[in-house]
Amino acid sequence: MTNSWTDIKNTDLVIIMGGNAAEAHPCGFKWVTEAKANRGAKLIVVDPRFTRSASVADFYAPIRQGTDIAFILGLINYCIQNDKVHWDYVKAFTNATYLVKDGFSFKDGLFSGYDESKREYDKSSWDYQIGEDGFVMVDDTLSNPRCVWNLLKEHVSVYTPEMVERICGTPKDKYLKVAEMVAETSSPTKTMTSMYALGWTQHSKGSQNIRSMAMLQLILGNIGMRGGGMNALRGHSNIQGLTDIGLMSNLIPGYLTIPTQKEVDFATYMSTRGFKPLRPDQMSYWQNYKKFFVSFQKSMWGDEAQPWNDFAYDWLPKLDVPAYDVLRAFELMHQGKMNGYVCQGFNPLLSFPNRKKCTDALSKLKFLVTMDPLDTETARFWENHGEYNDVDPSQIQTEVIQLPSTCFAEDDGSLVNSGRWLQWHWAGGTPPGEAQRDTWIMAQIWKRLKALYEKEDGPLPDPILKVRWPYADPDDPKADEIAREINGYAIEAVYDPTDPTKVLVEKGKQLASFGQLRDDGTTSCGCWIYTGCFTEDGNNMARRDNSDPDEAGFYSKWAFSWPANRRILYNRASADMNGQPWDPSRKVIAWNGTKWEGYDVPDIAPTAKPDVVGPFIMNPEGTARLFTRTMMKDGPFPAHYEPFESPIANPVAPNVKGNPAARVFEGDMAQFGEAEKFPYAATSYRLTEHFHFWTKHVQPNAVMQPEFFVEISEQLAEEKGIKQGGWVKVMSNRGEVKAKAVVTKRIKPLQCDGKTVHIVGVPLHWGFTGVAKKGLGPNTLTPFVGDANIETPEYKAFLVDIAPLTEPVS
Amino acid sequence: MNMELSRRTLLKGAGVGLAGTALGAFGFGGIEAAYADAIRAFKLVGTTETRNTCPYCSVACGVIMYSKGDLTKGEKAEITHIEGDVDHPTNRGTLCPKGAALLDFVKSETRLTKPRIRKPGADKFEDISWNDALDRIARLMKDDRDANFEAQNQDGVTVNRWKTTGFLAASASTNETAFLTYKVVRSTGILAFDNQARV
Repeated sequence: MTNSWTDIKNTDLVIIMGGNAAEAHPCGFKWVTEAKANRGAKLIVVDPRFTRSASVADFYAPIRQGTDIAFILGLINYCIQNDKVHWDYVKAFTNATYLVKDGFSFKDGLFSGYDESKREYDKSSWDYQIGEDGFVMVDDTLSNPRCVWNLLKEHVSVYTPEMVERICGTPKDKYLKVAEMVAETSSPTKTMTSMYALGWTQHSKGSQNIRSMAMLQLILGNIGMRGGGMNALRGHSNIQGLTDIGLMSNLIPGYLTIPTQKEVDFATYMSTRGFKPLRPDQMSYWQNYKKFFVSFQKSMWGDEAQPWNDFAYDWLPKLDVPAYDVLRAFELMHQGKMNGYVCQGFNPLLSFPNRKKCTDALSKLKFLVTMDPLDTETARFWENHGEYNDVDPSQIQTEVIQLPSTCFAEDDGSLVNSGRWLQWHWAGGTPPGEAQRDTWIMAQIWKRLKALYEKEDGPLPDPILKVRWPYADPDDPKADEIAREINGYAIEAVYDPTDPTKVLVEKGKQLASFGQLRDDGTTSCGCWIYTGCFTEDGNNMARRDNSDPDEAGFYSKWAFSWPANRRILYNRASADMNGQPWDPSRKVIAWNGTKWEGYDVPDIAPTAKPDVVGPFIMNPEGTARLFTRTMMKDGPFPAHYEPFESPIANPVAPNVKGNPAARVFEGDMAQFGEAEKFPYAATSYRLTEHFHFWTKHVQPNAVMQPEFFVEISEQLAEEKGIKQGGWVKVMSNRGEVKAKAVVTKRIKPLQCDGKTVHIVGVPLHWGFTGVAKKGLGPNTLTPFVGDANIETPEYKAFLVDIAPLTEPVS
Repeated sequence: MNMELSRRTLLKGAGVGLAGTALGAFGFGGIEAAYADAIRAFKLVGTTETRNTCPYCSVACGVIMYSKGDLTKGEKAEITHIEGDVDHPTNRGTLCPKGAALLDFVKSETRLTKPRIRKPGADKFEDISWNDALDRIARLMKDDRDANFEAQNQDGVTVNRWKTTGFLAASASTNETAFLTYKVVRSTGILAFDNQARV
């Protein structure tokens, strides 16, 4: 989230699209209720199902899953056509005026540079025109046909209300009502907040779904504002933290990146990470990259990371492919190229697409280790559970070690909520039996690996042997010790760069902010964006002062919000070119003539002049990007692509199947189903009574929603002869599930491109362990393909067929 | 650090005080005292309060856990009740149908209590000691790393990677677990490292 849960109360309009906050994030949704009750805010819900969020909305519009980009680019088109643009904001704070290279084009659904054989783009034409002064060329009059604004205007012109209805199945009158409500927030004194979740990410173009809305929010001037922003409602309690700390194949903590094998040495690695400003006087904060990287290496390897060895650059593994995401890992496993796998609190057998492929893949492992508080299906993938896990244990040679871990109630530490608040929690219970904390387990694994490498030969043991391990009890590192390490400290005294006689941080002291990091090896820091979380003042994540001056919604003394305890990202954009709030009643920060001050920590240098330095300080432009250059694999603008399994051909690009830049493994392409055989558009979803696959282990939740079902419309039920509560079989090209049918008015057929499209809803909470009834779920059915940019599996749009079963209903 | 005197603690303290002093002060006799004794005591009296956050979604509602026994005093602690934290700015004491049933998650009968191993081809788990399990894991990891570690690629570039074992991190573990995990996993050269951000 750019903003926080509590800030939602400041909005005028909430748009829930790609999520269902009332059911999936109920206690966060209360802030929507607050905004409605106290400010007269309105709520729009756009969803294939009439969800519980929709049931309390001021306006609901149906949409076919997988068509959100057409809908949102249509909204952008509407705003441009009807002059509903926050012009001062767009001209000053976005790259609308920047000129783009002549070679860039978009035709027949493809951007310039497409190579069909590789399913990749040569992105060299997707960039700005650079002037002789080394800066991007701009046209402040917006008259040059090559400026971003005019290219965008042309790009979205195809998404007329008629085309949106044809693609999305949203009736034109309903669509126009949404457009009208959204467009009103182009006023500087109105804001809209976007609340989304996996309904937008789990598509083969998930990143572009979100980007589309971010672009709309920029055009409306709603980023950086109280009650505005792009608010990703993360699914799990600390998935924000696990991503911040870079537990992904291509990341280093704080959104730094693991080198590729083309970056043969540190100098080469840094050569593309200079982040030289693209416009005069801009901060381009990533220019500090080397400070963050070197400080991380010091936290990883301490004294072993020295200038003479490029701070142990060679000890980091080098990537040979863009990423080893979970789909690639399971593909490699399936090919027999992966021997071992460790699952730390994860249940991939139910979480990853194409369950049969997942079972086959796990069966080819030599060993599997699981760490979990609960008995997961993954740990028992080899066990026969009849139709719910139809395997022959004698044919599976995988050695499985299942380790019992503690749960939240028995562990100390911090979790990062959706609003980037790092909140400390304390253990209150004794773990059951022999269950152990994950920190203890990881320390034990490391200790034993280290002992083996001390005793025996082996390749490159040093990175393991010499990991920095500064814990009082090396066998059992404590959470507060690690939290201090993540925050960072001064290895040597840190001096003021403008006055070298002045010591900013004494040797050995905790750092107060990431501005104190150095690139010469004198500071150590595990994750630069968290610096400030555990300072000489103590553990700021444990702060519990819930005061909120003027009830502005910031709660700045509660816990710690990254970065730098900032509660609203890009908050400089809440003020105009003179530094005065666009909406005085919704001030975040303001320029007092010499510096920025207000409710929040300014997201800009405190003395940066408002008419000089742009608000998007992480971008070398200083502005936000409507045209995103080469940053994304599937285009500098979003474009509508159908899901890989779609009931209709793409109306705007009939020859393009799916997202043309999404990675598809060879065998998986053949497993996509066609609409002739699988005519219905299916989607997965979650229920308010359950949390993923955990709460089927919890008696009260298992009682409330005891068994697997699928949800269909009355029309489809009648067409197929399916009775309410009767058994049905749902089939895709990859598998089939048996379920009870729940026939509702919440789902209605849509008319898309002249065709009736029926929707089948498949909730995901059941398996074969726990206290709920055994059941299957959507991953038996879903295709093995992910988003082009970050490989999130396409769970939200796939094709199925459905048929009634004659078995008696129990 | 921790604002110890929450509204709830205050109320609870006041209640206990009342039971001890007010009855006597108002001059209640034997019958009233016997009646007062017959009333079941407030069940949270004498429990230890610990602040935590709900482990499910990212709203991260504040919760208060009540236990018999106090971990901070080195005692065995059994959690007997969990409820919303009224001091928490986001949830203000409320919990959803999942959070409201957290106690039954903590005490779920399918919580794991012992390390177990399933040998190749076997149709059941058997118990194993922590020592043996961890030794075995280290052995399996080292053997695979030793056999498949790639110090240089075919162009002679130093790549120091291990591609045949993967590590899947969680979604609800702490930042501190995450960082320690990062150090251990990356130091081995593992590349197939991912978390649950996408599902």
